[in-house]
Amino acid sequence: MFGKLSIEAVPYHEPIVMVVLAVAAVMGLGVVAAITYFKKWGYLWKEWITSVDHKRLGVMYILVAIVMLIRGFSDAIMMRSQQAIASGGAEGYLPPEHYDQIFTAHGVIMIFFMAMPFMVGLMNIAVPLQIGARDVAFPFLNSLSFWLTVAGVILVNVSLGVGEFAATGWLAYPPLSDIQYSPGVGVDYWIWSLQISGIGTLLTGVNFFVTILKMRAPGMTLMKMPMFTWTALCTNVLIITAFPILTVTIALLTLDRYIGTHFFTNDMGGNQMMYVNLIWAWGHPEVYILVLPAFGIFAEVVATYCKKRLFGYTSMVYATVAITVLSFIVWLHHFFTMGAGANVNSFFGIATMIIAIPTGVKIFNWLFTMYEGRVQFTVPMAWTLGFLITFTIGGMTGVLLAVPGADYVLHNSLFLIAHFHNVIIGGVVFGYLAGFTYWFPKVFGFKLDEKLGKASAWCWIVGFFTAFMPLYALGFMGMTRRLNSYDNPDWHFPLIIAAIGALIIACGIACQLLQLFVSIKNRHQNIDETGDPWGGRTLEWSIPSPAPFYNFAHTPVVEERDAFWHMKEKGISEQKPAEYQDIHMPKNTSAGFFIGIIASVFGFALIWHIWWLAIVSAIGIFVTMVLRTFNDDIDYYVPAAEVERIESQRYQKLSNQA
Amino acid sequence: MSNQHHSQESHDHGSVKSYTTGLILSIILTVIPFGLVMTGALSAMTTLAAIMIMAVVQIVVQVVYFLHLNEGSGPRWNMISLWFTILIVGIVVVGSVWIMFHLNHNLMVGM
Repeated sequence: MFGKLSIEAVPYHEPIVMVVLAVAAVMGLGVVAAITYFKKWGYLWKEWITSVDHKRLGVMYILVAIVMLIRGFSDAIMMRSQQAIASGGAEGYLPPEHYDQIFTAHGVIMIFFMAMPFMVGLMNIAVPLQIGARDVAFPFLNSLSFWLTVAGVILVNVSLGVGEFAATGWLAYPPLSDIQYSPGVGVDYWIWSLQISGIGTLLTGVNFFVTILKMRAPGMTLMKMPMFTWTALCTNVLIITAFPILTVTIALLTLDRYIGTHFFTNDMGGNQMMYVNLIWAWGHPEVYILVLPAFGIFAEVVATYCKKRLFGYTSMVYATVAITVLSFIVWLHHFFTMGAGANVNSFFGIATMIIAIPTGVKIFNWLFTMYEGRVQFTVPMAWTLGFLITFTIGGMTGVLLAVPGADYVLHNSLFLIAHFHNVIIGGVVFGYLAGFTYWFPKVFGFKLDEKLGKASAWCWIVGFFTAFMPLYALGFMGMTRRLNSYDNPDWHFPLIIAAIGALIIACGIACQLLQLFVSIKNRHQNIDETGDPWGGRTLEWSIPSPAPFYNFAHTPVVEERDAFWHMKEKGISEQKPAEYQDIHMPKNTSAGFFIGIIASVFGFALIWHIWWLAIVSAIGIFVTMVLRTFNDDIDYYVPAAEVERIESQRYQKLSNQA
Repeated sequence: MSNQHHSQESHDHGSVKSYTTGLILSIILTVIPFGLVMTGALSAMTTLAAIMIMAVVQIVVQVVYFLHLNEGSGPRWNMISLWFTILIVGIVVVGSVWIMFHLNHNLMVGM
């Protein structure tokens, strides 16, 4: 009846896990109680859960990302404190099988359930506004993507209290992840949370690819697109081409585990090296899926706050496209030491070094945009400056690791860990946090607190260097990754410094949360009346803040790059249109929500081998899909009078100010 | 929501007939290699070659019948996407075979 599931699956004998669960339960109950007390369930359901509005979905994506950032960061703090304690043969407080789950969960959560939702959230918020569209090409698909991502998030978090998570490292290499060596449900949690959320990501990729190609405002040719939209386009191309590789690879591993095939086993003709090869054929493009949008954000931020157009727009576009293609020919550098030999290693080593060239072009473009610009030292600028320095250092250690000979010494050491945190924190995280601050007023209508934002940036930057520079040194001292305890006393001191660094980063995250709290509390002082709080250059700043649900009352006509800047120069940015027209909008739907929730039940059933439930939920997903397909009542028109009423409020505000 | 939503409906979305043809052809092209492997009718190398040919033919079938990339006058983006996909698939397949061949050569000594 319940497959492998029994009461024994709940780890009630592990006090750390139980305390975490209790705290999570109390917080969850608190949220539920608050929603009930303020009678907000109806509002939540109508305005958020069933919403197909790209801005609201973006907000929900980022909310998920922030929650998962805290979860993933707790794992990081646990690892750093364990290694600071477990020196000289001491065991520390985390037993090996628990520690292994923690470093696996940290990697999986930070990449798949923090960085990806954050990136997709920012794309949701900014891309349609930047290209002058009223929504994405397939609004229902967008909602479905979000709820499939949530299904993955639910599964990862359920693994904390029911059963276990994978203890294999974040990419679950066989043979360790095969049923023989990982007989528990940990790897199955990993498989189904990634498969379900991966389908969501793939749908997002298709959706935004079509949106950017088909729904740009008249006049916006490809070379007049804002830089963030360009990087989003390239990221979606990478998602469409790379994620199927992940899906297939995990599907093959699933077959190995569930029905006893031998794709990645050592006997019966299988080959586990093929798994490593395939997973990195997805894994390397994934890195660029994450970092390209961050590059786009920096381009927008630098141009806006330096009051200059972006230096070398064309070279920036070509650099982005070059990185998109090159990201597919470097994957072997993740397994130089597997033994492919000199020819193969040198090809992929050189390809890896070549990819530093377009990245360098971008760095110089940002620097030259700042040169002789009127730099305003706002919060997004603080993140950008922190990025330029941090990312350049990370890039250089990357080029060092691209030398196969050096990689033989440094692979799997803490040097590698320091390198990829250097580029992911310095590039991806700083970029997304800059974008978060930059577009926040467009979504909510008020600005975030400057002081706390800067405090957060400083804590993150200082904390990052304190936490990860010792790891570079430890790599040279021979310390490998994923150690639960060690007996070399020389490693102890640097690891204590690294733990202090993690605490400084914790202050940065605390400042970020405090900033949100304080800004919401003082929102009336920081209100953005004009819709253009930063003196922006692109179309999203031409509409009021918060953006009306239909985005643009009139589809803008684009003549130049930096379309809104051009309108301001011509003095037509505040021109009131002569008349309004009816606006065609999609209706909200609960289908995406239900499919997502049933999909998480489906995943749970497969993890625990509860076959009847898997069949029932699969039918449930199918039926929901069919019902949605035959529903013709999916759109409506906003009457012109209603548009006029909303828009005239804004012009009233503008004239009051003037 | 796109304001061109309804105008896009005029594109060729295929008919029941084209989808059925695609489905049947795909099934046939899957059953043949499966049968070849299960019966062992041909030699290993011939079977391998047959599987690869059927796989490529099936890709073409799906692209034509399910993705409607048959009309030569289709939008420019269709062709660019197609060529980019072919490029990436080529890189991944050729690269993987190259890597696995070298790994095999270096690590499976004496097998």
